[in-house]
Amino acid sequence: MAEAAESPGDPRTTSPRPLFAGLSEISISQDIPVEGEITIPMRSRIREFDSSTLNESVQNTIMRDLKAVGKKFMHVLYPRKSNTLLRDWDLWGPLVLCVTLALMLQRGSADNENDGGPQFAEVFVIIWFGAVTITLNSKLLGGNISFFQSLCVLGYCILPLTVALLVCRLVLLAKPGPINFIVRLFVVIVMFAWSIVASTAFLADSQPPNRKALAIYPVFLFYFVISWMILTFAP
Amino acid sequence: MAAADELAFHEFEEATNLLAETPNVTTVSRSDQRPPEGHVAVAVDPGGSYGAEDEVESDKTALLQEQQQQPGFWTFSYYQSFFDVDTSQVLDRIKGSLLPRPGHSFVRHHLRNRPDLYGPFWICATLAFVLAITGNLTVVLAQRTDPSIHYSPQFHKVTVAGITIYCYAWLVPLALWAFLQWRKGVRERMGPYTFLETVCFYGYSLFIFIPTVVLWLIPVPWLQWLFGALALALSAAGLVFTLWPIVREDTRLVASVLLSAVVLLHALLAMGCKFYFFQPLPLEHMAPTHQNTPPHPHGVLTPTPPRPTTA
Repeated sequence: MAEAAESPGDPRTTSPRPLFAGLSEISISQDIPVEGEITIPMRSRIREFDSSTLNESVQNTIMRDLKAVGKKFMHVLYPRKSNTLLRDWDLWGPLVLCVTLALMLQRGSADNENDGGPQFAEVFVIIWFGAVTITLNSKLLGGNISFFQSLCVLGYCILPLTVALLVCRLVLLAKPGPINFIVRLFVVIVMFAWSIVASTAFLADSQPPNRKALAIYPVFLFYFVISWMILTFAP
Repeated sequence: MAAADELAFHEFEEATNLLAETPNVTTVSRSDQRPPEGHVAVAVDPGGSYGAEDEVESDKTALLQEQQQQPGFWTFSYYQSFFDVDTSQVLDRIKGSLLPRPGHSFVRHHLRNRPDLYGPFWICATLAFVLAITGNLTVVLAQRTDPSIHYSPQFHKVTVAGITIYCYAWLVPLALWAFLQWRKGVRERMGPYTFLETVCFYGYSLFIFIPTVVLWLIPVPWLQWLFGALALALSAAGLVFTLWPIVREDTRLVASVLLSAVVLLHALLAMGCKFYFFQPLPLEHMAPTHQNTPPHPHGVLTPTPPRPTTA
């Protein structure tokens, strides 16, 4: 093996640069193996962190995911222009919200097969296929948001409507009448507007400017249908 | 003088006729239709956002013509080409469908060989949901006057509405397009519309039913019939004016049969929706078991009161 030349230039030039002075006298013979460990302190810490999520307790894992979901709920309830929902998307929140909504909206013992509110499957299908259709629509129109990011935003922004459903159920425990209906109508309208504002805050920037209305209208229709299902719910 | 002849002003329609003869050309550039020397070129307004780029496009036209070979149907960009519309274009097409003018074909004047699928899809979705929701709202409003009516959300009507509207908006244009392709040999001048253009103008023609259905909430029967007839007239007129340039070169029998079939199907859709989703209400509180049988659209309007349960 040739001598290891440790400078890119010719080490035997007669005008040595001060940086490489004295290096030409060094030669590494074959007999001495060069070995050792190169450790960078930061790196090993991160590697340790990654591998240890397998060993952590189940409670830690669940709490970490729950905290992430809770943080996103807060972002939906107080919508600011932030990227949290988009950057670390997850679909746990939408699943929980969708299942809650579908469980509470499904009709109980109906005296009639055909009439009545939606079944569990109908609500589930409307929410998920509605979200997928809206996402496909915005991508086809030229938006630059990824598929799951958009699903995540649309799913999380159902949270105000779920709160509206809970409030409506409580209100329905009281005496039925026009005041009952007015209160429910008001709550649903406010939450509907909140959902639209929250989802627009996250989604509008990803659309080309001359097609924003085309991409937002289906979101409006989606939340309108969900609001209608909540408003017409009768136990 | 020959020069004066050549400098004569050409009507706007000539451009659309040229479009009709070469249906694969989009209106991005006009250098293909460059008039002979001495003519004053009429500036065709392509509309939308690509109007300003015409002057620069002349050397790009060849490239664009080559790009008409669309990407394969398995790629995403193939489908993206059907959604290549701006908000202003969609609104312009909706306005064009609301106000049909004789002699102005919707496809030539508003679509200009750039059909889109956004309009038909979302107009059908909106119409399906609006039908189900307003049909339900009529029950709510009737319940306020007559408390014995039992209110139920009737969610299955959403499914029925969706399936009906989407089937109409896709299967009828398919049949129409197939029929026109079959009769293609009879026509000399005008090429038939492509399938997408047919779906497109059918979809946009359904737009007028959305405000009509909302206006059907007013519980005055003659007003409902008036609005229905008005919407049907406007919508069917739009369809007829669009189909007329294609069909007028055919034999009179085929032309009249085709146009009357189109209008009849449209009328059937409108009446079926009116009867199914806006059932007259006194019938509902007379027998709860009536709702078990699937509702028959045309027999509902003159109900025979169900016999009371025999003692």
